Amino acid sequence: MNSPAEQPGSMPGTDASAVGASGPTAAGPSAAVLTAPVLAAAGLVKVYPPAGRAGQPSIALAGVSLELAEGACLGVVGESGCGKSTLARLLVGLERPTAGTVLLQGQPVTNFRRPELARRLQLVSQDPFSSLNPRLTVASALTEVLLVHRRVPGRKQAEQRVAELLDMVSLGPQFASRLPHEMSGGQAQRVAIARAIAAEPQILILDEPTSALDVSVRAGIVNLLARLRSELALSYLFISHDMAVIRQLSDQIGVMYAGRFVERGPWQSVMSAPLHPYTRALLTAVPEPHPDGSLLGSADDLAHDAPDTGKVQVAASGRTGCPYFPRCPIRIDKCLTDDPPLEVVTGAHEAACYRAGVAVESGGVPAESGGVPAESGGPPGERA
Amino acid sequence: MTDRNVTSASPVLAIRDLSVGLKTRTGVTELVRSVSLEIRPGERVGLVGESGSGKSLTMLAVMGLLASPVTVTGGSVTLGETELVGAPDRKLRALRGSEIAMVYQDPMTSLDPLQRIGEQIAEGLRAHGAHRNEAEERALAALAEVQLPDPHRLARAYPHELSGGMRQRVMIAAALAGNPRLLLADEPTTALDVTIQRQILSLVARIQRARNLAVLWVTHDLGVAAQFVQRLAVMYAGRMVEVGPTAAVFGAPQHPYTAALLAAVPSTTGERSALGQIPGSPPEPGNFPPGCSFASRCRQARPGCIRAEPALEARGDGVAAACFVPPAEWQP
Repeated sequence: MNSPAEQPGSMPGTDASAVGASGPTAAGPSAAVLTAPVLAAAGLVKVYPPAGRAGQPSIALAGVSLELAEGACLGVVGESGCGKSTLARLLVGLERPTAGTVLLQGQPVTNFRRPELARRLQLVSQDPFSSLNPRLTVASALTEVLLVHRRVPGRKQAEQRVAELLDMVSLGPQFASRLPHEMSGGQAQRVAIARAIAAEPQILILDEPTSALDVSVRAGIVNLLARLRSELALSYLFISHDMAVIRQLSDQIGVMYAGRFVERGPWQSVMSAPLHPYTRALLTAVPEPHPDGSLLGSADDLAHDAPDTGKVQVAASGRTGCPYFPRCPIRIDKCLTDDPPLEVVTGAHEAACYRAGVAVESGGVPAESGGVPAESGGPPGERA
Repeated sequence: MTDRNVTSASPVLAIRDLSVGLKTRTGVTELVRSVSLEIRPGERVGLVGESGSGKSLTMLAVMGLLASPVTVTGGSVTLGETELVGAPDRKLRALRGSEIAMVYQDPMTSLDPLQRIGEQIAEGLRAHGAHRNEAEERALAALAEVQLPDPHRLARAYPHELSGGMRQRVMIAAALAGNPRLLLADEPTTALDVTIQRQILSLVARIQRARNLAVLWVTHDLGVAAQFVQRLAVMYAGRMVEVGPTAAVFGAPQHPYTAALLAAVPSTTGERSALGQIPGSPPEPGNFPPGCSFASRCRQARPGCIRAEPALEARGDGVAAACFVPPAEWQP
């Protein structure tokens, strides 16, 4: 997979250079955006073989490039099947891309042996119980990581470090002797985070770390992640389906649809001046916790909102045009034939849309029946 | 929104002092305690809370679907004039699907994977006395009402051929085909993407208004509650801690738990600041502490709060809250 064309040296020439996490126009608060990316991906493609005899191969990622600047947080948001979890698994090396490269500190991630990788990059996933050994106490689980990665000279020092780690994630020392089943979801997620930072990585890949949690518990984890990032100078790639949670932590926000980024930019710009019609649909659909009637009040414009297939139509073989075409309220003829690339629209704000920033006109919209993709068996989606 | 004036009609559903418990050899573990709630025709009411708060158990109790050893231990549930608590199964079955309809979070657990969509809906109608042809007609009409494209083709499809959003529409179609007076929904949009959730909520709101349906919507999502229901009850540790019109409760919460919960919810607008946190975690069902269940996590708690249990008391604007400390005396 490391063909000569994908050498690190070719990076600036690829569309990865347009990723825009860096650059003086970036409105992000962090000075770190001016330094080289700690993690980069160029042209990532992931195709899964057909699930059944009659199925088609599914394209989970259709060409994703990104740069994560040191100390920055790139938020990746999208709905089920958009490829965001596949992206996470490729970035941490759990799966190999069909095409494209992942660069860790400028080197292909495949050059790293697994323990070396784990000392730089850690994954925190949605379900802490599936990542924690049910038979290991918290202390044993953390000690194992500390010893494997030689982050402490011996068991004696490990004990003290375990206490420090628990304190960092705001768990009392009594948690050291707990087993996973003796903890709540929020407590277990704190332990999973403690275990990730025990390896002293520079980067955390956070895949929906708060999605399974109750409201009051989720707030604590979000705040904890924000604090750890500044205390430990960590870089985050934060994946969520929840726009409001993404906004809480991110410097940059990337919106994924059908296996690619359709919009990316500084969080303020993406949230307050979204360019892509999908981002706008996503933002409008967030049920805001203020009874302002905004969700149902504008129900009229739902007639041309997402057709209810529920599945994102990932570009299938032989398909042309913008993948959002069937759902798009502002589409034009060109969108059916040409696939818009991710391009800078203003400053560091990019969008993959020929009609970027065009407002939805009331009335002048395509009929819902026009381009509704037929529900076919086994549309491509994320693998669990 | 043109929601009808719902205050005058008599309630479709009246829950009074409903308690649910787990019966063991040693006694009864309380899971839901003294829930009282009325829903009138044309009203959308929310039951909001975190996991273990008792909101889903309350709904199962209303439907008469609790499984032993979990049972209703006190109180009453009346549908119009009919008492549901203790009613024979035969009677409850007759009511479910005709008078009361239900939708759940996961449509795949309620849909038969081996039966075509149209047949499943028609079967439910036939069970309540419709003839074969009439049932099929009504099933198609129900699929059309939930705006599924090409109802004829869809009626012949199997559940696995549909997306999550379409399945949930099928569930709603099946639930409403019998023309019920009351719709009970347990987190039916929680597993859906937000764009699809928005469509489902709009759809239900539109049908609900057109039919003057009474809706009880169980959700953990304060955003969904804020946008969808007109009145809500906030549950904590098996009790209602606050109840009232949605705008009033969200505008000026009268219970510290409601206030803390709202502060913990991130928004897509406004200042970006740290989220409000609630220390600790909710008590496990069956392990509710004495006094106010929220006291150990409450910033406003006073010594008396762990000794006595505050009752729901009217606070104006149609709101009632179960707290000894009025908001005027809250610490910032």
